[in-house]
Amino acid sequence: MTIPVSITVNGRRYDREVEPRLLLVHFIRDVLGLTGTKVGCDTSQCGSCTILLDGVSAKACTCLAVQADGASVTTIEGLAGDSELHPLQESFWNKHGLQCGYCTPGMILASHELLRCNADPSAEEIRHGLEGNMCRCTGYQNIVRAVRDAAETMQGGTS
Amino acid sequence: MFAPQFDYYRASSVAEAAALLEQHPDSKVLAGGHSLIPVLKLRLAAPSALIDIGRIDGIRGIREEAGRIVIGALTTHAEIAASATLQSGATALSEAAGMIGDPAVRNRGTIGGNVAHADPASDLPAVLRCLGAEFSIAGSSGTRTVDAADFFEGLMTTAVEEHEILTSISLPSGSGGQGSAYAKFSHPASRYAVIGAAASVAVADGVCSAASVALGGLVPAPVRAEAVEDALVGKALSAGAIADAARCVGDSLDDDEVLGDVYASAEYRSAVAHVWVGRALTAAAARCG
Ligand SMILES: Cc1cc2nc3c(=O)[nH]c(=O)nc-3n(C[C@H](O)[C@H](O)[C@H](O)COP(=O)(O)OP(=O)(O)OC[C@H]3O[C@@H](n4cnc5c(N)ncnc54)[C@H](O)[C@@H]3O)c2cc1C
Ligand code: FES
Ligand code: FES
Repeated sequence: MTIPVSITVNGRRYDREVEPRLLLVHFIRDVLGLTGTKVGCDTSQCGSCTILLDGVSAKACTCLAVQADGASVTTIEGLAGDSELHPLQESFWNKHGLQCGYCTPGMILASHELLRCNADPSAEEIRHGLEGNMCRCTGYQNIVRAVRDAAETMQGGTS
Repeated sequence: MFAPQFDYYRASSVAEAAALLEQHPDSKVLAGGHSLIPVLKLRLAAPSALIDIGRIDGIRGIREEAGRIVIGALTTHAEIAASATLQSGATALSEAAGMIGDPAVRNRGTIGGNVAHADPASDLPAVLRCLGAEFSIAGSSGTRTVDAADFFEGLMTTAVEEHEILTSISLPSGSGGQGSAYAKFSHPASRYAVIGAAASVAVADGVCSAASVALGGLVPAPVRAEAVEDALVGKALSAGAIADAARCVGDSLDDDEVLGDVYASAEYRSAVAHVWVGRALTAAAARCG
């Protein structure tokens, strides 16, 4: 059985026929060729597949493409504007919030969710909010600094 | 990991979902997918079809009705954690929902899926047992209501039959002089409950007038700790009285039933359960306003 789906990814609509068992992360990576979203654990633990589904964070390895039919998905490729990085991307760069970079797309989208729910998080709230995302390189210190930095930039930008 | 092949049908109403379940033998309901998709990927189940109930609007959201709070089965853990109605009327439930997994899991997982799956390491079954929840179940032959004592039948089994759908869960709204809390010993890697203790207490004239305590995590299905409740009623909720009562928890646990694993043995869980019961009771007592 295949099912027609219409999924908007980073503002562009894609109409495809998919097997019901196709995971959203494989739809994004293999069907659309957007490989910014990573697969780490494939068991919903590590967060490297985190995307925004209708604006809120979701682990794309634990969602079927058919469940996202009609939805709007944002991946790391869709976060930056035409000529500028998103403040979270700038902050991860400036504060050295990454080393190998494998966790970074998921980390940034999970941070996006955190700042959506809490625009001014403390270091502890950042650690708590990123509980579902693992980084095997940085030791997290610089990730926390990067999210703090982005929160300050984003608040400065809007007030 | 790829799940085995299955067919997929999307239901737009409870009646349609019930009909689809009957039409497709060996089919399964799909809600948030945060227990079912991992199970399929590990090939622990191979249903012929998934019946997606995720878009049935009528079974989502939180409302108050005739002195009870009614929670649609599709309400997400994030919505439960953020609900002002539940934070004040059923604090233990919003608190427990906020401790599930991580934010992305809470955005997708639903209360209905959590209790229908009935994993012993889940948080919500013990809380719902503590708070005296009632479960509305619909099938092609109509709807019925089951209370928490009968809903959770054992390890991963509930009163929901093969062709039925859990539609909502209702709780008595908390009243003045009453408080509830959930204390969780999280597994450090999975974040599921090694031990979960839910407590609800009421105070009148300075003494405990009613208490309900339920445990999850260490037992196949949530149990009420009646020995703890009995030890508390009629006493002032001092730290000493709470600690003494919490120590009675062993009387409500059947040694043959207590679960253990490589991380925490059954003996260890039994030995420390009173600590978590004490913490839940202390927090609940502090909330009696
Ligand atoms: C990384 C991770 C961490 C987690 N940590 C925790 C935790 O700490 N504590 C905790 O309690 N849970 C935890 N969970 C589980 C989570 O709470 C799930 O959301 C929940 O158990 C299942 O809800 P769902 O909506 O995703 O259901 P699904 O996965 O869609 O369904 C689960 C089962 O219930 C059945 N079902 C679903 N809805 C209904 C219905 N309305 N009527 C009848 N049958 C139905 C399905 O057929 C299936 O068998 C975690 C999950 C993940 C992936
Ligand atoms: S790949 Fe999805 S959480 Fe690890
Ligand atoms: S930067 Fe390598 S895993 Fe995080």
